[in-house]
Amino acid sequence: MGCGTSSSTKDRKSEKALKAALVIQNWYRGYSARLKARQRYALTIFQSIEYADEQGQLQLSNFFSFMLENYTQIHEKDPELVARLFGRTLQDSKDRQEYVSFVDVPDSYNGPRLQFPLTFTDIDLLVEAFKQQQILHAHYVLEVLFETKRVLKQMPNFTQVKTSPTKEITICGDLHGKLDDLFLIFYKNGLPSGSNSYIFNGDFVDRGKHSMEILMILFVSFLVYPNDLHLNRGNHEDFMMNLRYGFTKEILHKYKLHGKKILQILEDVYTWLPIGTIIDNEILVIHGGISESTDLNLLHRIERHKMKSVLMPPISIDEDQDTDLKKTKTGANVVPREGKTNESPSEQLPKHEWEQVVTVFSASNYYEEGSNRGAYIKLCCDMTPRFFQYQVTRATCLRPLYQRVNTMESSAIRILKERMLSRKTDLIRAFQLQDRSKSGKLSMGQWAFSMENTLGLNLPWRSLSPHLVTTDKNGNINYMSTFQDIHIQKPVKEAQSTLIETLYRYRSDLQIIFNVIDSDHSGLISMEEFRAMWKLFNSHYSIHIEDFQVDELAERMDLNKDGSIDFNEFLKAFYVVHKLEKLNKSDANLL
Amino acid sequence: GSQSLVWLKSQKIGGETVETGPKICLPVDKRNTIWFIFRTVKSEDSEVCSRCYLSEDGLIFYCAALKVKELVVAEYHRKIKEAFEVFDHEANNTVDVREIGTIIRSLGCCPSEGELHDLIAEVEEEEPTGYIRYEKFLPVMTEVLLERRYRPIPEDTLLRAFEVLDSSKRGFLTREELIKYMTEEGEPFSQEEMEEMLSAAVDPESNSIHYKDYIAMMVVDES
Repeated sequence: MGCGTSSSTKDRKSEKALKAALVIQNWYRGYSARLKARQRYALTIFQSIEYADEQGQLQLSNFFSFMLENYTQIHEKDPELVARLFGRTLQDSKDRQEYVSFVDVPDSYNGPRLQFPLTFTDIDLLVEAFKQQQILHAHYVLEVLFETKRVLKQMPNFTQVKTSPTKEITICGDLHGKLDDLFLIFYKNGLPSGSNSYIFNGDFVDRGKHSMEILMILFVSFLVYPNDLHLNRGNHEDFMMNLRYGFTKEILHKYKLHGKKILQILEDVYTWLPIGTIIDNEILVIHGGISESTDLNLLHRIERHKMKSVLMPPISIDEDQDTDLKKTKTGANVVPREGKTNESPSEQLPKHEWEQVVTVFSASNYYEEGSNRGAYIKLCCDMTPRFFQYQVTRATCLRPLYQRVNTMESSAIRILKERMLSRKTDLIRAFQLQDRSKSGKLSMGQWAFSMENTLGLNLPWRSLSPHLVTTDKNGNINYMSTFQDIHIQKPVKEAQSTLIETLYRYRSDLQIIFNVIDSDHSGLISMEEFRAMWKLFNSHYSIHIEDFQVDELAERMDLNKDGSIDFNEFLKAFYVVHKLEKLNKSDANLL
Repeated sequence: GSQSLVWLKSQKIGGETVETGPKICLPVDKRNTIWFIFRTVKSEDSEVCSRCYLSEDGLIFYCAALKVKELVVAEYHRKIKEAFEVFDHEANNTVDVREIGTIIRSLGCCPSEGELHDLIAEVEEEEPTGYIRYEKFLPVMTEVLLERRYRPIPEDTLLRAFEVLDSSKRGFLTREELIKYMTEEGEPFSQEEMEEMLSAAVDPESNSIHYKDYIAMMVVDES
C-alpha cells in the first residue's frame, strides 16, 4: 500500500469524482428522458391531427352523400351543376390513341425512354433515372397508365398468390411518395423479379414529393412481372384524396402541359386496382383491414371499378350498394392461419376467427425527419413472418438527438397552432365562457378543458402549454396568448375575420368540392356554380355565414370580372403567417 | 382565560402551492363559531389550527383547505394521466416498464437509477408482467409529486460536478476522460447513452467537451 495520507486523499478524491459522476449521470438521464418525451408528444400531435383529418373526410363524404340524396331538388335548381358533379362517373372510356399519340417526345428530352413491351431493363432504367432526379416524360407516363389499366381490368378483385420454400414474398405497406424508402427496400431486399415477389399494400402516393416516380416504378414492375408484383388499392389511390394530400399538385407541377390528361387517366386506373391479395388461401392482405361486419363474399363480387372515390358514394344503383369499404390509414392486415378460406367465392364463407392482425407501414420519417422507422415483412408458407425495419437519413451520421427532437417538435407545434387558429372564434368563446370574472385568465385545468373540447384533439395539453401560451406567476394562463404569434393573412382586406377563418378551416374540403365541379380541369368555375355550391355547403356544414358575405367575396374573387373564379388561386391566398418566421412557407401550409 | 386562537389566512388558489397569509388573532367570544369548525376538524392542537382558514363570508374553511389540497391533487392526477397516456400505445392503461423512467422524468423528477429501481418495484405487479398499470402508478407518482421528491439538479451543481472531474481546471474534458468517468463511475452509462451524450457534447474540432458551453446549450434547449 502507499503511504497513509496519499491513499486517504485518493479516497476522498475518488469519492468526489464518484459523486460528480453521479450528478452528471443523473442530470443527463433526466434530460435525455425529457427529450424522448418531447419526441413522443410531437408524434402524438401528428397522429391526433391526422386522425382528426380523417374524421373530417367523413364529413366531406357525408356531404356528397347528402347531395346525392337531394339529387332531384338540386337538379331542378341547377341541372348543369349536377351534370358536372356526378357526370364524371358516367364518362366513356377514353381513347388511348387520342391521348398518347398527341403527346410527342422531343429529341432534346434527356430522361428515360421506355420501350414497349416493357422488360426488366426498363425497371433498371427508371430506377437509375429517378436516382438522378430525372422526370419521366408525359408520353411514357400515359403509355404506362393505359397499359396498366388494360392489364388490371382482367384481374379479379382479389389476387391469389402462392408461396413456396424457395419463393418468399415481401409485403410493403404505405409509401406515400417517399422514393428514398422504396430505394432502400430494393437495396436491402432486391428488385422485383420472377424469383422475388412483392405485394405493395396501397397508399403509394400523396404527401411525399415523389409519388409519380413511385407509381411509375411500381406500374412498370407490374407490367414486366404481372404474376410477381402485386398491387392493392389504398385509400389514397383516389383522385379526391390526391386533391387534398398533394399528388394532384405534384402532377400539375411536374407536368405543366399534360398534367390534366394524366389526372384523367389516373382516375380510371385507380378504380381497376385490386382490392386485396390472398396468400396461400390463409392470409389476407388488404389496405385498412376489415371489420367484423365485412362480407368477403361481397367484396369478391362487387364491381370494383365503380368505386371512384372513398369520399363519394358509388352512383350506379345496384343491389350491391354496400359502401362498407371505409378505409383507414393503416397498412397491411395480415390475417391468420386458422381456418382456410373457401376457394369458391360464391359459397358461404365459414365464419372464422382471425388469429392475428399485423399492420405494416413502409414510409419512414413520415411526419418529419426522425419521426418513425419503416418496415416490410417477408413471408413464406408455414414459416413465421420476418420483419425488417429501416429509416432513411440524409446525412451519413445521425444528428444529435436534441436537434432531431427540436425539428420534430417545431414542426408539430406549427401545425397544431394552425389548427388552433382555424378554430379561433370557437376557442375564444369557450375561454370566455369559463372566465366569469373577465380577467383574461384561466386555470390550467380550465384552459386544457377548453382546448380539448373545442378542437376535439386528445393531447397532453398541460405538457404542451409552455409552447402554446403564457402563464402568470400563479400558474394561471393568459388565454389570449394562444393566438399571439400567428395569424391568417387576409387575401381580401375587407373580409370579416370569421369568414376568413371559416374559409381557412374548410379550405381542403372546398378545394376538393371545387375541383370535382370543375370536371374539365380548367381551374375555373362560374359564379353561379360557386354560389350554388356555397349555399349547399353552408347548410350541410351548418356554417353561419350570411349569403351576402359570400356573394361579396365571390365578386372580389372574380378578378377579371368575366363571371368566373380561379379557385385555386383563391385558396392559395389563405396561408398562415407565423410571426416569428422570416420565410413564407405558403405552399407547405396550403395542404 | 382569554385565550385567543391563531388562524392562518389562505390566498387565492393558483398554481400548485397554497400560500398562507398573515395570522389573525380572534377574540374568544367568537368561540361558538370556532367550536363549530373544531367539531368538523377534530384537531389535536386546539390553539393553532393551521388547516383552518377564515374568510370574509363565514365558516367552512377547513373544507376549503381540504378542497385546495384536492384541487392540487386533481391537477397532479391529470398531469400524470397525460404523461402516462402518451406512452400507452395500446390504449389499455398500461405502459411498458422500460418507459416508466422516461415518464417519471418527463414529469420533472430526477431519480437516480437506484431510486428509479425502487419506484418500479413499488408499481410493478406481484408477478412482474413487463407492463405497469395506471391504477398502480397513479397513487405512487402522486405522492412523489406532493412530497416533491427527486428534485432536479440545479445548473451550478452540474457545473461544479464537471469542474471536479476537470482536476487541472482546463475548462474542458477530453472525450476519453468523459467516457471513462461516465462508464466506470457512479451509475455507469450504457454504450447507447454514452454515444448519445457524446454526439451533442463533443466539439468536433477539439474532440473535447467544453462543459460550460455544453451546459448553457442544454439549458437553453429546455427553456
